[in-house]
Amino acid sequence: MHRIAQRGIALAACVTLFAATVGCSSDDNGGGGKAAVPGVTDTEIVIGTHMPLTGPASAGYSKIAPASKAYFDFVNANGGVNGRKITYKVMDDGYNPANTQQVVRQLVLQDKVFAVLNGLGTPTHSGVLDFLKTNRVPDLFVASGSRSWDQPDKYPGTFGFNPDYTVEGKILANYVKTNLAGQKVCFLGQSDDFGTDSLAGVEQVLGKDGVTAKDTYVVTNTNVGPQIGKFKAAGCQVVVLATVPGFTALALGTAARLSYKPQFVVSNVGGDLPTLAKLLGDAKGLTEGLLGANYLPLMFDANDPWIQLFQKVNKDYNGGAEFDGNVIYGMSVAYLFVQVLLAAGKDLSRDSLIAAVEKGGYTGPGLAPLRYAKSDHSGYGGERMVKVSGGVQQFFGPTYETDDADGPVKEYAGTPATPPANGVPTA
Amino acid sequence: MTTGLRHLLWTAAAAAALLAVTYAIPPFRNYQLATAAAYLCATAGLTVLVGLSGQLSLGHGAVMAVGAYAVALSQNRFADAGLTGNGVLAASLALGVLAALVAGLIVGLAAARLRGPYLAGVTLAVAVALPAVTTVWAGVFHSDQGLSVYLEPPPAGLGYDFPLERWQAWLALAGALLVMLLLANLVRSRFGRSLRAVRDDEVAARLAGIDVARTQVLAFVVSAGCAGLGGGLMAVLTQSVSPGAYSLTLSLFLLMAVVVGGLGRLAGAVWGALLLVVLPDLTHTIVASLTLSPAAAQRLEGNLPLAVFGLTLIVVMIAAPGGISGVVRRLTPASPLRR
Repeated sequence: MHRIAQRGIALAACVTLFAATVGCSSDDNGGGGKAAVPGVTDTEIVIGTHMPLTGPASAGYSKIAPASKAYFDFVNANGGVNGRKITYKVMDDGYNPANTQQVVRQLVLQDKVFAVLNGLGTPTHSGVLDFLKTNRVPDLFVASGSRSWDQPDKYPGTFGFNPDYTVEGKILANYVKTNLAGQKVCFLGQSDDFGTDSLAGVEQVLGKDGVTAKDTYVVTNTNVGPQIGKFKAAGCQVVVLATVPGFTALALGTAARLSYKPQFVVSNVGGDLPTLAKLLGDAKGLTEGLLGANYLPLMFDANDPWIQLFQKVNKDYNGGAEFDGNVIYGMSVAYLFVQVLLAAGKDLSRDSLIAAVEKGGYTGPGLAPLRYAKSDHSGYGGERMVKVSGGVQQFFGPTYETDDADGPVKEYAGTPATPPANGVPTA
Repeated sequence: MTTGLRHLLWTAAAAAALLAVTYAIPPFRNYQLATAAAYLCATAGLTVLVGLSGQLSLGHGAVMAVGAYAVALSQNRFADAGLTGNGVLAASLALGVLAALVAGLIVGLAAARLRGPYLAGVTLAVAVALPAVTTVWAGVFHSDQGLSVYLEPPPAGLGYDFPLERWQAWLALAGALLVMLLLANLVRSRFGRSLRAVRDDEVAARLAGIDVARTQVLAFVVSAGCAGLGGGLMAVLTQSVSPGAYSLTLSLFLLMAVVVGGLGRLAGAVWGALLLVVLPDLTHTIVASLTLSPAAAQRLEGNLPLAVFGLTLIVVMIAAPGGISGVVRRLTPASPLRR
């Protein structure tokens, strides 16, 4: 009977333990105001995100959320949005979809966030779309270019931010087709929607047989020797990369070790020069000549007013973190979110927030147009080519825009807006 | 009163108490309770394998993955074929257990020929091979991104506002109680005594007429079945399956949990499963409540739970080699007759 008594005690202990945790958690419900909007009071807006602060994809990306937070702190110091301060809860998921499930539930069910902003990663964020939809949580500006975010009928609360990978693939391939005509092209992509969508764009422009050899990698295996070896054997002079920064660096390094010197053309999510230089260390010279595309101002344009604004915020509110494309990205997202909050008005609710994004017409640091509308939940609609030369990454040529289907790649004439004088958008 | 009946009564009492708990706590706690219950299936099976049959497995996370992928694939097939409903979910979970039983049989057959570090090596290889399997057959398993799992909303009879998390907690707790009931009876049966005999002295066990190899393989199969159910429940909870969720770290965590809880005791498995859920949450709360520089917070986040787990293991091993359930047993008035 004694062992059964133990079992009983164990179960009783488990019950008390949970009761105790409940007791601790029931007092942090936040709210309390008249309107029961989760995460919103008269003085505060609580939002959350999931980010890879540790693990294989953390290189570079771990700096995005602190940068967004810094911009929010800057806005808070200037009076907040309609008198409300923004609290940004950042959860580490280590780029592991299973952790994302856990931390997003924590944000929504326990911390009761108003919205999820800029959750990072295609494989990670795909897994929580249904959960966020069921709980009617706005899911704004996902930090990835997967086409999954643009499904207004299926996921009415989810919006993208990055140009989708198919749009990007078409723009990169368009450059290859016009400027590197006749050269053999190979393609290396991440083994998920990131790689698949990008390849779809490249093949849309170059044709099904336009890509001589293609292969994929998984983030859990840091050896890309077989893939790069295959491209060398296939005699490719151009290699298009749909890779995260760590694997862009691996691809460049591996090719150098195999004495293979193709022209690399890389996706914007894996092509930030300072991030790559840091990863490559002494071998950072390998980035020379690297082609890519981008849609946000580059840190090397010291005269760009947005860069000047973000550098100031970075110095004052981000502890002077090393300034790079990730910081620019994080602050651009935060700027857009503040614009949307202002458009949603003083009477803030989840519905008014989503309606504000769908109203569209936002302009900010981006070179290409933001396409938000009722029937379009994708983010930026185009990019401009960039090239590394002499250790500096610069834009060249026109900005292009296109769609994710068989539409043409055409030049976009619009120019970026100038930031407001005090750096905080007004309604 | 027979042992079996007594166990049944205890299970019924525990079920009633837990049912009340699921109504009393908010959704996120229900989700955590469900996660602990899913882990409990695996830790209970593992503690029987390691503690009672004396075979070490470093690959139980991978066995959970077998169950989880089987549930995911069958749920999605059923949904594609237009078959939905909660009977289908039961069938999928049964398929998950079946798949894990087969995996357990294969590993067990190999394992019965191996001893000590060699056995650990084989099970370790299983855990390490899992991501590669999902990458090679990416068409089926969808590589690192994994699969999403179709899940019905709670039965309409429970009401429109019934929280999904409470329904998930019910599913997972039902599975865990079933596992506990079966294992409690198994451990006290002739088979349980054979297991201990084989663990303590194989030659003596063989002289007593016990088929050593058969007993060891059976232990592996039983344990794998439990882990398969745990994995299947995890798939239902997270509505997704990916190799990252069932990495080598999970296998090691499961083993640590049963050791810290108290090896060979089902009560220890309960403690272990609770620790797996509570410790990361607790450390996160602590980090969040401290005012740290962004850089320090970033370094602690994600790494601190590992350090705390390791420290707990060291402290428990020094202070209480019998694990938490050993401590609890010493603190409760003991009857000197048992063991």
